[in-house]
Amino acid sequence: MSIEDTFREEADELLIDLEAAMLELEEQPDDADCVDRAFRAMHTIKGSGAMFGFDKLAAFTHHLENAFDLVRSGDLKITKELISISLDSGDHIRDLLEVKESNSDIDQASQQLLDRLKLLVGTESDNGSNSLNDADVIIEQDDATSEDIKTYRINIKPDENSFANGMDPLPILRELNDLGICNVTACTDELPEFDKYDAEKCYLSWEIILSTDQVLNSIEDVFIFVDDDWKITIEQIDESDNASSVTEYNCHVEHQDEHINLPEKIDSKNDDLAILVDKQTIPETLPIKKKSKKQKTKEVVNVKVPAEKLDSLMDLVGELVIAQARLNQSAGVLHDSALTNIAEDMERLSSELRDNTLGLRMLPIGTTFSRFRRLVRDLSNDLGKQIELVTEGGETELDKTVIDKLSDPLIHLIRNSIDHGIETPEVRKASGKSEKGTVLLTAVHSESNVIVTIKDDGSGLDAEAIREKAIERGVITLDSTPTPQDLYNLIFDAGFSTAKEVSNISGRGVGMDVVKRSIEDLRGKVSINSVPGEGSTVTIVLPLTLAIIEGLLISVSKENYVIPLTIVEECIELTKQEVMQANGKQLIEVRGELVPYLRLRECFSNDSDNPDIEQIIIVKNGSSRFGFTVDEVIGQHQTVIKGLGKMYEGIHGVAGATILGSGDVAIILDAPALIELAVTDNNTMH
Amino acid sequence: MSKTIMVVDDSSSIRQVVSITLKGAGYEVIEACDGKDALAKLTGQKVHLIVSDVNMPNMDGISLVREVKQLPQYKFTPIMMLTTESGASKKEEGKKAGARAWLVKPFQPPALLSAVAKLA
Repeated sequence: MSIEDTFREEADELLIDLEAAMLELEEQPDDADCVDRAFRAMHTIKGSGAMFGFDKLAAFTHHLENAFDLVRSGDLKITKELISISLDSGDHIRDLLEVKESNSDIDQASQQLLDRLKLLVGTESDNGSNSLNDADVIIEQDDATSEDIKTYRINIKPDENSFANGMDPLPILRELNDLGICNVTACTDELPEFDKYDAEKCYLSWEIILSTDQVLNSIEDVFIFVDDDWKITIEQIDESDNASSVTEYNCHVEHQDEHINLPEKIDSKNDDLAILVDKQTIPETLPIKKKSKKQKTKEVVNVKVPAEKLDSLMDLVGELVIAQARLNQSAGVLHDSALTNIAEDMERLSSELRDNTLGLRMLPIGTTFSRFRRLVRDLSNDLGKQIELVTEGGETELDKTVIDKLSDPLIHLIRNSIDHGIETPEVRKASGKSEKGTVLLTAVHSESNVIVTIKDDGSGLDAEAIREKAIERGVITLDSTPTPQDLYNLIFDAGFSTAKEVSNISGRGVGMDVVKRSIEDLRGKVSINSVPGEGSTVTIVLPLTLAIIEGLLISVSKENYVIPLTIVEECIELTKQEVMQANGKQLIEVRGELVPYLRLRECFSNDSDNPDIEQIIIVKNGSSRFGFTVDEVIGQHQTVIKGLGKMYEGIHGVAGATILGSGDVAIILDAPALIELAVTDNNTMH
Repeated sequence: MSKTIMVVDDSSSIRQVVSITLKGAGYEVIEACDGKDALAKLTGQKVHLIVSDVNMPNMDGISLVREVKQLPQYKFTPIMMLTTESGASKKEEGKKAGARAWLVKPFQPPALLSAVAKLA
């Protein structure tokens, strides 16, 4: 990753922070912490941006930073417009991060935002506009042209004890020399007689005539870190040279005019003074009250690691788990108790290592949640609705890949809730609800899953409208009687949208099926429930991780398969007698309940004969149960999921493959997809 | 033996640039992400110079300078501020706290190296 990319990533994080701070400020405009956070975010973006050649970005951000500096000093109030400008500017900075070169569209956008800002800052305080000019000086420091060369006379008289204090005047002379053409004259007047001479004392002083294009400030900067006891005078000399009234020490200045060409006329002297004045007028006090309650600081020290490194660590752990399985197998075959002991230790360690490594990839889902607050704010403003986003369980951890891929589906679902679900304030009031609608976003752990729900208190889904639409589209027949629950979930079908008008927010009918597919790609499930008049709840169930799962290893005539253990409920026997009693129907009675089953042998067209006694693996399928018959249940297996490669991508019913201890390959079954396949086959057959 | 420089900045990209520049010139580099982190990492090893940002979360650069001056083992360790701040009042504040030099960002690597060479 290049440094530029590092910067982009860093800026992105800072922008998220800025956005969060803005949204908090919208609710609590007096929060000094938030102002600080926003200021710091912009300060860092500006500083780093300038460092990596994002000059436009740096210049733009500088104005914003200044505005927040004014807020910090109490000269500017947090207003809705300022927050709005800041949020828009955040978006604009994202654009600037992509484009380094000049581009008229972007420049225009920058200017528009700055004009808005100027309007705001200008009316509140004059300092604002002054600071804006100051920005250009900082950014364009390197581009200063030689047109305005000025000449200064600088007298330096170090403190007598400065040698003893370890202060060496030489670096300062060198630094001055770097600023321009320098003529240095040493004054030796104060050197005592040799017998009175103290080698540790500094008796020297210097007069320097410096011709430079740098502003007075940069000369002063050279001296800012010398002791207060030094006597320093800096004066600009122009043609008439009547400013040189300061003569503190007796110096021999003999060659001044021979070496230096004094500029004929110095016009810009006043500009320099103006800059100094500006700086002095910037207020330094911070009248905003600091929060008295204990500030929560993030004490967690983080180490940033590139995602690829984590991936390769994960791969290695996967390989280790496979090697460990082989060790287990060999130890079992050899009946060597010492080896078995080691194998058991290894098993314990490798499963701990696996869990720890998986933990490394886990991130709190709250990072995604915070992005949605902005979305909700903007959308509700656009639609004239009052909506509050409430989030719970932001600390719930999920695999980073899952979080990244979850963002788009969640955005879509939240948009749907806002656009279709929650009513306008008038409608809400008329139906006796509070004017402000709520979208509740929650995440909780449940076994090896994370359940994310999006709940709104809007109007709920219209089952009848869905039914009509489904019949019109031929998804269901006129005489079928699906439950409301089934009807609601039809909205996840491709091309299904009940919105009468297509708005720019949602309602194009693409989306819900895409949402469903992206969640299924994450081995997750999505469903919706709704109560008319009270709102809808979308529930997403996601696996914790995508890399290693606990599986149940089974075999069908020497071929191995793995079923994710999390969905397995029980294993029971199926005798030939039971099969005969069912009269050809593939159903088995499990404690009073009839459960349909599927022969894996038939699924995978294996020609061998069924054994006399088969095993049925009963799996959960939503609220119902389903069985798969197999020849043998081998046992629990730590399954490292490997892709099947491009050739076998998208095969229904297969989630991947894994390598067993023996080196054999086992297919990982995607049970829900197999069940769906069986159900559709069954429907088409009849 | 190469000299050790501690680089304190909350911007990871700036840290990276400073580190690469310094390491390229043969210095050992310790990185810290803010004042607090820097103090935690001053654990007795010899540090020849601290290069610190000013505006940072948790503990800003100038407070860091003040804290370092309180540590018997590090009170003479020179500290250079590397920051976008160029206001005289900030510089004055930094100097009063005990900082020895002030370099304004964006900087050119050679300028950083010559400033570092003077102090380390």
